[in-house]
Amino acid sequence: MINPTVLRKISQIAGENNYRDSQEDRISYSYDGTPLLHSLPDAIVIPQTKEQISEILSLANEEHFAIVPRGSGSGLSGGSVPVENSIVLLMSHWNKILEIDTENLTALVEPGVITADVHAAVEKLGLFYPPDPGSMNICTIGGNVAENAGGLRGLKYGVTKNYVMGLETVLPNGEIIFSGGKVVKDVAGYNLKDFFVGSEGTLGLFTKILLKLVPKPETSKTMLAYFQTRNDAAEAVSAIIAAHIVPATIEFLDQTTIKCVEDYAHLGLPTSIESLLLIEVDGRSVVVEEDAAKVAELCKQHRCIEIIVAQTESEALRLKTARRSAFSALARVRPTTILEDVTVPRSEIATMLDRIDSIAKSYNVMFGIFGHAGDGNLHPTCLTDERDKDEIHRAESAFEAIFSESIKLGGTITGEHGTGLSKKKFLTAVAGIPAVEMMKSIKSSIDPQGVLNPGKIFSIKPKCEGSLPRSKDQIKKFEELGAWT
Amino acid sequence: MPTRSDNYAATATARSGFTGVDIPSYDFITNCMHCGLCLPVCPTFALTGLEKSSPRGRIRLIKAVADGDLEITQGFVDEMNFCLDCQACETACPAGVKYGSLVEAARSQIYKQGRVSWLEKILKRFFFENVFLSKKRLSFLAKLLRFYQRTGMESLLVKSGLIDLIIPKLGKLQHLSPRIDKAFFDESFPEIIRPAGATKHRVAFLSGCIMNVAFAEINSDTVEVLTHNGCEVIVPRLQECCGSLQAHNGDFESARTLARRNIDVFSRYEFEAIVMNSAGCGAFMKEYAHYLADDPQYAEKAKFLSSKIKDLTEFLLSIDFAKPSRPLTVRVAYHDACHLAHAQHITSEPRAILGSIPGVELVELAEAGWCCGSAGIYNIVRYDDSMKLLERKMENIKKTNAEIIVANNPGCLAQMRYGCALHHFGGEVIHLATLLKRAYAQ
Repeated sequence: MINPTVLRKISQIAGENNYRDSQEDRISYSYDGTPLLHSLPDAIVIPQTKEQISEILSLANEEHFAIVPRGSGSGLSGGSVPVENSIVLLMSHWNKILEIDTENLTALVEPGVITADVHAAVEKLGLFYPPDPGSMNICTIGGNVAENAGGLRGLKYGVTKNYVMGLETVLPNGEIIFSGGKVVKDVAGYNLKDFFVGSEGTLGLFTKILLKLVPKPETSKTMLAYFQTRNDAAEAVSAIIAAHIVPATIEFLDQTTIKCVEDYAHLGLPTSIESLLLIEVDGRSVVVEEDAAKVAELCKQHRCIEIIVAQTESEALRLKTARRSAFSALARVRPTTILEDVTVPRSEIATMLDRIDSIAKSYNVMFGIFGHAGDGNLHPTCLTDERDKDEIHRAESAFEAIFSESIKLGGTITGEHGTGLSKKKFLTAVAGIPAVEMMKSIKSSIDPQGVLNPGKIFSIKPKCEGSLPRSKDQIKKFEELGAWT
Repeated sequence: MPTRSDNYAATATARSGFTGVDIPSYDFITNCMHCGLCLPVCPTFALTGLEKSSPRGRIRLIKAVADGDLEITQGFVDEMNFCLDCQACETACPAGVKYGSLVEAARSQIYKQGRVSWLEKILKRFFFENVFLSKKRLSFLAKLLRFYQRTGMESLLVKSGLIDLIIPKLGKLQHLSPRIDKAFFDESFPEIIRPAGATKHRVAFLSGCIMNVAFAEINSDTVEVLTHNGCEVIVPRLQECCGSLQAHNGDFESARTLARRNIDVFSRYEFEAIVMNSAGCGAFMKEYAHYLADDPQYAEKAKFLSSKIKDLTEFLLSIDFAKPSRPLTVRVAYHDACHLAHAQHITSEPRAILGSIPGVELVELAEAGWCCGSAGIYNIVRYDDSMKLLERKMENIKKTNAEIIVANNPGCLAQMRYGCALHHFGGEVIHLATLLKRAYAQ
């Protein structure tokens, strides 16, 4: 618990109305969107100015407490889950779109702006902000930048990192810097803004974000293709890429997911097939027509059973429902839904799907798999019940096995959700010890007191002053801090 | 709905702050994966931006009480009361969490454990357990109110400003109170109303408690629409208030008493369906089966009755209703009453009916499913919050430039009529039955 005198100081900096520490408030900020993780913060602070944030960070360094930044708390790796002796710094009220520059094609936003609101605002002006995470109606740009969020359109358009042109950041020592700008090219000094993207709240806190915009695509065409076997679907994906067509998105659903979606949404999907692909091409209408025709042809060449091309906007919406309701459909099968995002090179998708299936069988847990087939980002989703402790253990072991397999295939443990708390222990396996040590030394040099989101991504070994821990209890304390991982 | 069987399926600890029966279902609580997709559609979260005022936050608070990590504090009670129970979150929830059931059970626990203010206790006891449980007393009170409103007593008190001396703000609140009709619906109609031509369908009709005394015209319009479509309409004399007000405000026992009485009354007649013109009542009567699931005497009967409940719009579509022949040229916007759209998932039927009236230009209302702030008695007990929601609704309504706003719920009608006066909007707020009747009458 943070010392009450310190809490009083924090309350004075932010203002009494912007400081909350009732039991109800603390409980409601103890979690984010990640299953199973929760921890009470000591207080919640709603800063009103960047100077206040700066002051609070300075105080944190003096008084040794931690700060956990939060937007909407919709993250899936524990990035906004509080840690010991921490306050939650709530940025969701910073929700203004400050400027849309139609000449320079940029948008300057506050970190608490909801991603879908950016989409709506810029599309009104014929512009486009491509990153579209599944949670776009609630997630914030600040959170997206902190996690380098992806989305369905990642295949063609890339991820959040490709659209951050500038960041105003409060550093752990309280200094405020602005890195980047409206310039298209800038190589003056280290590229700090790119480094902050994906730092999961451990290196700096964003107060202004300058986003890159592109022209809105003229039109789009949506198709749904059914495949009897997964291999056929995977080969079709490869063929499309090999033909140098880059659809905006290629999404896929496995058989379990298709069955659940059909149960839930009754769209008339065949439940005996192993895989379906949702493909969307966008751009100039002439190109879209050509691309759509080519994609349909390639699917047929790879033994697709049926391909449905939407002719109207409402038809397209209906087809997209199959993919969009995948998560809902799976979530209704069992009480607890654990979603991960292993990513493998595109060429290894079919192999990875087979491996996930056999892991699910050997651990006797139920998995549905859907995801971004176009860029290898799979969402193996475990359907379980957190009250069944044994099944949860098996689910966790299954995920560990899945992560191992992904690494073996040259893939990674997380394509877009972040490492946070939930994937910390696999980081070394993916990145290697020297890389993780380098990450830790960077963190230590930028945030020597470890005030910003400590314990996320990795843990810094605690400094030991005095005698070494000897008793079980003493050792346990350091074990929990990750001293021996 | 919370039932004893749900309790046994739960792993709620012995430390739970909830006691007895009708506790929030731990199964439902566990279904929540706290993804946050309910936050953007929650009107109270939009007002404060605080997690605890969102469905996700409230579920977590309920879970904390069930786990013994939080007592039923004033803060907890405040949040449960701040919720509108509009169930927009249920529509948005990917996992199908029955949030309405959780917050209603929490309120029932709060009421049973006496964690309400003494004023609230007295008023709820008086209205829920006394007035609404007796048709005679309800009728008497309505007649008193009718006398007060129609003899100039009310206008005297309001114009002189004396009304605000009784209770401050009462001058404003009295605008929201139901305008009692000159003649109650059940005073002017017989029990069985026959159509002019051949009888193609036989239906029962709930005339309601508030609808009966303050919206009698809507009831008569509804009956006219039904008879126009060849329906014989039975309005059981002995029917009672449906019980939704009580259940949504924590008094499950009174609600169950009313449910049993209505089941007894309606079971004496034969009909295809019980047609409802009030979203709130329709939603609740469809839930009789759940509220009485543990009652050995009434469980089956409740299931049967609930299966017969049909909203007017879904009934009309099911019988391929008569489309008006002559055009009614008017610009209409449709407001989704929460208990029609979110509780009963009825959104396309009313729009289909409106679309089939020749001459009607149906304009889409932005945030049509966003609560207007009426929410039962919410607009009276939480006037300020209710007005903030009404303002948002009126902003959207103004943008449609509609001449007529259609809403199929008495609370919404009263609230938005008040809103039109307050925000100087000249449109008329009416029930779909009234519009259809006008179209038929052309």
